[in-house]
Amino acid sequence: MTGSSSAGGHDLTCRELVERVTTYLDDALESEERARFEAHLAECDPCCEHFKQILVTRATARQLGDQGLDPLAKAAVMDLYHRWRGDSDA
Amino acid sequence: MRLRNGDEEAFAAVVERHHTSMVRLARGYVRTEAVAEEVAQEAWLALLRGLDGFEGRSSLRTWLLRIVANRARSAGVREGRYLAVEDSRLEAADGRFSQDGWWMTPPTHWADDIVDRLTAPVLAALVRAHIETLPAAQREVVTLRDVEGLSSAEVSTILGITAGNQRVLLHRARASIRRRLEEEMEG
Repeated sequence: MTGSSSAGGHDLTCRELVERVTTYLDDALESEERARFEAHLAECDPCCEHFKQILVTRATARQLGDQGLDPLAKAAVMDLYHRWRGDSDA
Repeated sequence: MRLRNGDEEAFAAVVERHHTSMVRLARGYVRTEAVAEEVAQEAWLALLRGLDGFEGRSSLRTWLLRIVANRARSAGVREGRYLAVEDSRLEAADGRFSQDGWWMTPPTHWADDIVDRLTAPVLAALVRAHIETLPAAQREVVTLRDVEGLSSAEVSTILGITAGNQRVLLHRARASIRRRLEEEMEG
């Protein structure tokens, strides 16, 4: 959209689109604004790139969440559990 | 409830499912892994003792993470790490946009290139390290939303903040991580 600002006839600026990306991804934009967002995105290459960058940013962070549980940590919690059960049975 | 009736297998299964997330959330507030483990253990003990009233009104995961967030916050205050940082605008005046809101410095193209590298350990390490440097409020939201993959509603309940507030923090955190990835991709 750089340069040819209102060629598409919509009234969302690039900055406004960028500011609304998180709300859009949470599906929390009102339907009219959502339509304007999507219309802008469809025809603005830099905004489209920014949008994709946010998607891959999110995906990269998600990679960090897929680690399994450390067996030592689990053993420590289960120790805690056995102590608790010992206490409550006593 | 099976957990409190001493069903060990049921307890082991929920530990398996939630403990890593709990430690990761706690780790955002406290200095060491050991202290984060302690905070998570306190939450398990609270569950076993039936403290803090888990009554099945929220999901167990939400309840556990809420306990962890509250305890880790106060542990973090004791350790002097939790500093509330706030800034005002959603998109900083960093020269990306002109005054009337169009791109002045359009993003370079790297999103497609990074897709092939998503699982690269170096990229994960970089993002993990960057999340560590974020202001605490942003860090907790992005950890729960993007690292753990929880919903907006769940995270609002866990942290006791409005959906709108949460979204502002998430927006800033993602913007900051995006910039860090951009440095890496352009560098």
